[in-house]
This record gives sequence, structure tokens and C-alpha cells, in this order.
Amino acid sequence: MRDTTAPPPLVRVRGLKIHFPIYTGLFRRHTGDVRAVDDVSFDIWPGETLGLVGESGCGKSTCGRALLRLYEPTAGSVQIAGTDIATLDAGALRRARPMMQMVFQDPQASLNPRMTLADIIGEPLSEHTTLTQDERLARIYELMDQVGLNRRFANRYPHEFSGGQRQRIGIARALALNPKFVVCDEPIAALDVSIQAQVVNLLEDLQDRLGLTYLFISHDLSMVRHIADRVAVMYLGRIAELSPRDALYERPLHPYAQALLSAVPEPDPARESSRRRIILKGDVPSPARPPRGCRFCTRCPQVMPVCREVQPELAEVEPGRLVACHLYTATTQTAGPTGGTEATEHVQQGETP
Amino acid sequence: MPDGAQPVLDVRGLKTVFRTRGGEVHAVNSVSFHLNRGELLGVVGESGSGKSVTMMSLIGLLPSPPAEVREGQVLLDGTDILKVTPRELREIRGGKVGFVFQDPMTSLNPVFTVGDQIMEPLTRHMGMTRAQARSRAAELLDLVGIPDAAKRLASYPHQFSGGMRQRVMIAIALACDPKVLIADEPTTALDVTIQAQILELVRDLRAKLGMAIVWITHDLGVIAGIADRVMVMYGGQVVEQAPVRELFGNPRHPYTRALLKTIPKLAGVREAKLQTIEGQPPILTAAPDACPFAPRCAHALPRCLAENPLRRPIGAEHDVACHWDPEPAHA
Repeated sequence: MRDTTAPPPLVRVRGLKIHFPIYTGLFRRHTGDVRAVDDVSFDIWPGETLGLVGESGCGKSTCGRALLRLYEPTAGSVQIAGTDIATLDAGALRRARPMMQMVFQDPQASLNPRMTLADIIGEPLSEHTTLTQDERLARIYELMDQVGLNRRFANRYPHEFSGGQRQRIGIARALALNPKFVVCDEPIAALDVSIQAQVVNLLEDLQDRLGLTYLFISHDLSMVRHIADRVAVMYLGRIAELSPRDALYERPLHPYAQALLSAVPEPDPARESSRRRIILKGDVPSPARPPRGCRFCTRCPQVMPVCREVQPELAEVEPGRLVACHLYTATTQTAGPTGGTEATEHVQQGETP
Repeated sequence: MPDGAQPVLDVRGLKTVFRTRGGEVHAVNSVSFHLNRGELLGVVGESGSGKSVTMMSLIGLLPSPPAEVREGQVLLDGTDILKVTPRELREIRGGKVGFVFQDPMTSLNPVFTVGDQIMEPLTRHMGMTRAQARSRAAELLDLVGIPDAAKRLASYPHQFSGGMRQRVMIAIALACDPKVLIADEPTTALDVTIQAQILELVRDLRAKLGMAIVWITHDLGVIAGIADRVMVMYGGQVVEQAPVRELFGNPRHPYTRALLKTIPKLAGVREAKLQTIEGQPPILTAAPDACPFAPRCAHALPRCLAENPLRRPIGAEHDVACHWDPEPAHA
């Protein structure tokens, strides 16, 4: 979908797995794993916003944190600007930190209540740079201007600010070291509707001005449609579909993406009363005991026998659109690599390949 | 009102203040509304707009002090429930009025079985024996779509998922066949696919049981899909009230208009830039003698800072509290 002269991806994730061990019994034996992220691969291009959506427990936040190695990956590689973050030693990782930063969900919990705003925004500068006091202060003021915080507030404490303003502080701190890549983990989930738009507009402005690349993690599908260029839909630790924004919202391919989009209520009574909804039965299974075969097979309205046996791989079924579903790969196996979208007649292909 | 029937709930001039060390907070300021039989009234507003406090005050669920319900009448089937004794109020809560709260995790008691918790209002308000209550509880669990209901009565809340717990909460609220069900952000803590299940359940239950519902939420999408009539709250006041299609098609208050524009859409034209409402929601310590939205309002007039606008009718069942008079938006 991109021409060959395009720059290489800024972030390249391959086969990322994060398993949290479960220890049980008297001797705390290792009896299983919570497979929070299980074999996830994707690229993020420079200047792009990749939206990562899914329901709670699908592993989207874990994945975002693992990209910055806030969790140790169990397997897989994460290359950011050519450096494999997943295998760096402590010293090298520390030196790589300035290029990748994070904005957290809860601006209340992610700001130290005992530090002033200038201390918070200035901390990464003292840790990673050799600026003098004056240069440091000038940079703090510059950052405050960039995110729309009044310079007079530099000596105030986080509790004196509203939720939206606290999120601006968190953004200023993330930008202090001129990162290339910023993971935004549900940055607007804790904010009121009228404040969400302010923060999203700020993130977009900063992206334009500073050429930032974002991974935008959210469960708010309407907001992701607004901010993202491409969107990855996660379910139970795996990517179900990764598509360009407009294509996904117009015509989602994976049955889970279809159900998820149809479940989002729209602020339009006429549309709401006429829309076709896919109501999924049941709940998300536990990631400690995911179902055999496709992760979604227990709730999928279009489930086939093969889905309960074989885990579908994420494959390109249309230009730029990656889907992990047997509805589409069933055709690929028999009819060549082009794939097809009308694959419902392949129900009879229950045999394992 | 349809066929001149009396509304099941009629709230007039409700005023609630919180006394704090920093002065009085005017959390609910002269809120009036009514709820017709079988109707679903949506109440929208941001945090601090007074939507939950309004509902908590009218059935005496606020701790006093610091809260004080200072003025107003709450007529439930013609009886002013602000004037009844605490004993009578206890009969009303859980009996005539049922509740569903936001967080199904914290509103169920973890040390009692789900069955015990559904049976409690039945034995308490309906005078049922335990055996009667048990079979009714199983019916209720079945009604809210929990499979294998009779067996699940012996389960504890932690054995249920979030969506299932909210179904249990709804079963408890419906136990005594309430006239009014108050649902305070009942789907906010749930994922969208689970929210869709609960919304479907509520549509279903309304068709079967026909109770009147007050549904509090900040999500305009949920309101659009479920409400008959909508009340928009801001700064402790009702700023606009209209039937659902009228409100979304012809919003008249600048706050309602701005709110509808700030939310991005799932389909249709994608705006390059989101509209914002600049500024912050008000802190309600000042005496309510100015329009609470005036500092953020694009159409504010000098009068808005001097005089808190009263609600005035502008159409069939449509009223708005605003001094500014727009041309009809979609004439």
C-alpha cells in the first residue's frame, strides 16, 4: 500500500508475547500463564497514529507498555528507530528512553502529588540532559507554552489542577526530551466529554508541529476514528484486524470488529433505532485459559468447525488490510494468495490444513 | 402528558446544598422534572453537573450532613416523599423505587450469595417467606437473562463477570415490581459489547414490564438509543429538556449544541478538527444567580452574568434555560 521510496517503519513489532506467570499451591509452583499479549506483530510508520482498540483485558495496555519495555517481553522483538528495545541491556535502554515516551491514563495517579509542575516536567531533563538551571527552566516554560499551560502555574502542585490540565502536564513531561514515539494509553478515558476534545486537539497539534508518531490506545472507537490513521483491533491478546481507518469503519472484516463497531451507541436517535446490531453472547474468556483455535470462536456469530481447531494467522486479505480469520484465509488456502471477501460458502472446509 | 395521566414521579424546585468548610456548594439548584408512566427519561451531564445528586436527594440517599435537601417537592404517585418518615422512606426505597448503580462490583455485598441479595427486598418489602422469595428470585435471574438461574442463586458476586453482576443488580432493582427504576450510569463501567447486551435487556424488560425509568449517563450515544425524553444538566441545573429526537435534531441551549459537536462520529463525515468547549466546568460555591454556563458560552450576553435564566417553553415538551434566542436551528 506504500510506495517503495517510503521510509522504513519507525516501530516494528514482531511476534511479541507477554505472559504473566501464575503460581499456585503451597510451593508456589508455576502452573500456568496469563497470556496478556500472545504473538502480536505490527508496524508504525513515521508521523503516523496507530489506534489500538479492544475491550478491557484484551491486552492493549500491556502491549503499549511492553513496547517501551515497561514490561519484559516473554518473546518477540520491538524495534524502535532500528534499535531492538526488547533485548537492550539496562544502560543502553536508559540511553534509548528519551526517544520513546508515554502519556498515562490517569493523570491523578501518574503525577507525584509532592512535586510542583516545574519539578514534574523538569525531571526527565535532569535525568537525561546536562542543561544548566537556566536552560532547564527555559525548556520547562517552552513545554508549558506548547501544551497550553500558563507559565504562572510552574510552582503549583498537581492537586490544584483539573483533570484536563493534569493531562496537559503529563503530555508536557512526555515531550520534554523530544521523543519520536509516544504511547498514549487511554489518555482521555478519565476526562469529561467537553474536555476530551481539548486534549485530543492538543495531541494532534503537537503531532503536526513536532512530527510525532503515536500509538493511541483507547476503548473509545469514535475518538479513535478521529485521531488514528490505521487501527488495530485486539481480542484476548491477539490482533483480530489491522486496517486503514476509513476502510475499517466503513466495512469491518473480522466478525469481532464488526460486532464491536455495531455495539458502539451513536448520538443520533434516528440511526440508533434503525441500525442493525450484532449482540455478542457471553463474556470474554480468561486469558489464562484461552479457547483452542481462534480466540473469538466462543462468541463468534459466524463460527465454523475449523475455528475451534486452528488458530488463524493475521494475513493480508485486501491491500493494506490484515485480518486473522478463517472466513478469509479459507479462500487463501485453496484459491491462492489473493484471498476473497465473500468466503461464507467455505463452511464445509472443516479439515485442518 | 399523554392521556392527561398524572406522572408517576413529579419533582418540583428541588434544591440540595452541601455544607463544606469552603462554604456551601449548590449541587442541585431548583431542579424540576416529571416522569410519565412507562417512560424512559434520560439525564445527561458531565461529572459535577448534579445528575446523580438530584436522584440521590429525591430518595434520601445522601449523607446529611454535609448534604441538605433545602427546598422542593418530590411527588411519587401524589405523595411528597421528602416529607415522609424515615420508616416510610425505607419502604419506598427498594419497594416502589428501584436502583441500579454504576459499579456492580461495589454495590453487591461480597459475603452474601446472589440469591440472598435478591431475596432480601422480597422478604423485607413483599412479606414473602424464604421459599417463596427463592422461587421468585430464580424467576428474576431468569428474566434478566442469566442461564441456569436456580443454580446460580447460590453463587457469590465474585463468581460473576461485570455484565452478569449488572444483570443481578437489575434483578434486585426489579424484585418488588417498582413503579420507578433509577439507573445511575448503569453501563459506564462495562465494555461496549457488554453494554450492548445490557441495553438490549433493558429494552426487552421495558416492553415486558412497562416501568418508568430514569437513566443517568454522560454518554449521548446511549441516550439516543434508549431514551424517550432527555434532560440535560449543567452546573446543578436543568438547561434543556425535550423528546429525544427533538433534542438531537433541534438542540437550543448553547451547551447542548456544543456538547453534540464535541463528540466525534462513528460514521459519516470525519471532521478535521474536533470542536471544543473551552474552559472548565463551574465550581458551584457561588450563589446561583448567574447562568452557570455563561463563562464558557459562545453566545453569552451581559444579562447572563446578572440573572440566572429560568426554563421557558419553546415547543411541544421542549424547554430551555437560556437568555439567548437563536434562530431555530433546523427550521
